[in-house]
Amino acid sequence: MKETKQVSAKRRRFVNNTIVHVVLAVLAVIWVFPILWVVLTSFRAEKGSYVSTFLPKSYTIANYVRLFTDTTILNFPRMFANTLFIAVCSCILSTFYVLAVSYCLSRIKFKMRKPYMNMAMVLGLFPGFMSMVAVYFILKALGLSEGGLIRLALILCYSGGAGLGFQIAKGFFDTIPRAIDEAAIIDGCTKWQIFYKITLPLSKPVIIYTILTSFIGPWVDFIFAKVICRANADYYTVAIGLWRMLEKEYIDSWYTCFAAGAVLISIPIAILFMFLQRFYVDGMSGAVKG
Amino acid sequence: MGLFKKRVNDFPTPYTVSAAAAKGGFETKLSMVVMGYGNIVHKQAVKGILYLLTEIAYLVFMFARGFHCLAMLPSLGSVEQEEVWNEALQIYEYTKGDNSILILLYGVATILLTLLMIWFWKETVQSAYMAECLDKEGRHVNTFGEDLHTLLNEKIQRLLMTPALIFIFGFTVLPLIFMICMAFTNYSKIGNHLVLFDWVGLENFKTLFDSSSILGSTFWSVLGWTLVWAFFATFTNYIFGMILAIVINREGTRFKSFWRFCFVLSCAVPSFVSLLIMRTMLQPNGAVNVLLRNAGLIASDAALPFFTDPLWARVTVIVINIWVGVPYTLLQLTGVLQNIPGELYEAARVDGANPVQIFTKITLPYMLFITTPYLISTFTGNVNNFNIIYLLSGGDPVTDLASTAGKTDLLVTWLYKLTIDKQYYNIGAVIGILTFVILAVGALLTYQNSKSYKDEEAF
Repeated sequence: MKETKQVSAKRRRFVNNTIVHVVLAVLAVIWVFPILWVVLTSFRAEKGSYVSTFLPKSYTIANYVRLFTDTTILNFPRMFANTLFIAVCSCILSTFYVLAVSYCLSRIKFKMRKPYMNMAMVLGLFPGFMSMVAVYFILKALGLSEGGLIRLALILCYSGGAGLGFQIAKGFFDTIPRAIDEAAIIDGCTKWQIFYKITLPLSKPVIIYTILTSFIGPWVDFIFAKVICRANADYYTVAIGLWRMLEKEYIDSWYTCFAAGAVLISIPIAILFMFLQRFYVDGMSGAVKG
Repeated sequence: MGLFKKRVNDFPTPYTVSAAAAKGGFETKLSMVVMGYGNIVHKQAVKGILYLLTEIAYLVFMFARGFHCLAMLPSLGSVEQEEVWNEALQIYEYTKGDNSILILLYGVATILLTLLMIWFWKETVQSAYMAECLDKEGRHVNTFGEDLHTLLNEKIQRLLMTPALIFIFGFTVLPLIFMICMAFTNYSKIGNHLVLFDWVGLENFKTLFDSSSILGSTFWSVLGWTLVWAFFATFTNYIFGMILAIVINREGTRFKSFWRFCFVLSCAVPSFVSLLIMRTMLQPNGAVNVLLRNAGLIASDAALPFFTDPLWARVTVIVINIWVGVPYTLLQLTGVLQNIPGELYEAARVDGANPVQIFTKITLPYMLFITTPYLISTFTGNVNNFNIIYLLSGGDPVTDLASTAGKTDLLVTWLYKLTIDKQYYNIGAVIGILTFVILAVGALLTYQNSKSYKDEEAF
């Protein structure tokens, strides 16, 4: 009797697991399919956006070659360099701001704490680019709207509001037991030491989340870039370049190059994800155990 | 209601400005005019000199530029740019006219700077009074080095938050105030007020609320769709993402990181790329319709109206938003899920709880506790979700040719069309303000009554 019960429980678990895996597989296909399609398109030899088959009829790497050699209309290599520089700089700045602000709000009781959090709430409710026109005027008044300084202007724009996006990191810091901080204070740590020797090492998942989001933001943004670069084609970012490839006059000859460009700007993000994924495993549950 | 409760001051200090005025010595009172004087007298020379230099810098700026900017603010300038024939050089010269937009910007910046200065002045007076009291009582007065050291310990929030705050004020607060001011002017292409404009009070709000006008009726229909969109976009993502995260994290699931990788991979393709691709695929002659025709599912000359029928367009953007948003939610919630203390589950299992009970009694409350602020910010983020609508449908279909908005236009995309395409800056600003007001009332109340705001240390 007992044995049959065990067997049926085992069978039920097996059925459950199978269903779960099948559902996951179907969903995974739905999510991976468009990406696969972009990759295939980037190697397609036939031009144009119209296709009648899923698989390309013949393959080529000419699309990639053209991206890097045909710089007369759209200078892709320079756009790529611009974007990388801007994204890395604003990622460093924003990550620092977010983590610093979240730590203060989570761990330190000070007078401006609640007012600051309310202010962040209030500011977050305004449409992001409602102020875009105003930001442009400010940058112009500061003399940052022409020449190479456009890059600086974009970095400032992207990291400008970073200190307001503390909710997630703060929520995470809140879950780190306070007992650890107290133990450190007894051992004579300053608040700064607690921040970078204890809180940060315990917060890898959220640090990674912050880095990823603050890198991806500027990497893929094109509204701000478009408004601030205006006609300065030298400082275009990849996003504007790709957007232009789909404009009516370019789409027929540039569509497959667009796919190639999309693959190229996805690679850095994909590498980041692959490299950093292992940190998600197990996170930091049980920080107090040792 | 938390919002209207009288606040108790949790940080009492004997060194206030009023105490300094009432009980402070001569040097403290003098430092109300000559900032930093009290500190210089009481063993804090470096700090005092820094205070004094700041004051001088502010005064120099005010006399050089500041007062002029403030004086121009009420009129916003009235001198028009004119062409003058220069007889000697035989060319037309342009006189320097007023530019209302710059006058407004400088004026707002000066006001902000002055407010900052008032706050700083308060700090210096308190600091002077504190130095005086400590010095007279014979207690230790911090040297400059010691003051710097407190920045790493008790006052670390100043060190860590000041840079972020400077950026926030320069690139978020200042532009916002500037745009809010615009809502009360006639800065618009209508009537050709793009260089010189004036204050008009609440005129623009009246236009927008007047539902018999075209702008007014468009406003209400766009608002309705914006709210519907935000609700569905937020909750479909949250629920779907959470279920997915739990399924991947559950014990029996194998290849956890592989599954996670599959979904997260789509984050690697920037959303604007996947949105542009989906847009091309869903066009009347795009890949999806072509494949359906080839498969014989629809007639050879028919096309599914993804972006041409209002209802279809609305459902399409919501469904595609699930595809775009779920990986991010998954990423987000996996971190939180892994943070739930293992002991809670062990205890529940020892007590004989079944999976459903564990989910409703432990996982869900914990998730809601951590993610309420996240949910609220996602909701507001969706109300202001510009990219997905602009890139996917561009606000189409436009059914009423007289109106400036299409059927999938959100308030933000409409705002964009009005400001960038039409150059109705003032109406755009009004829409921004109204978006804000609608969101603010709801969100602030929910946020302040949420558990994670009231009781941050419950877990």
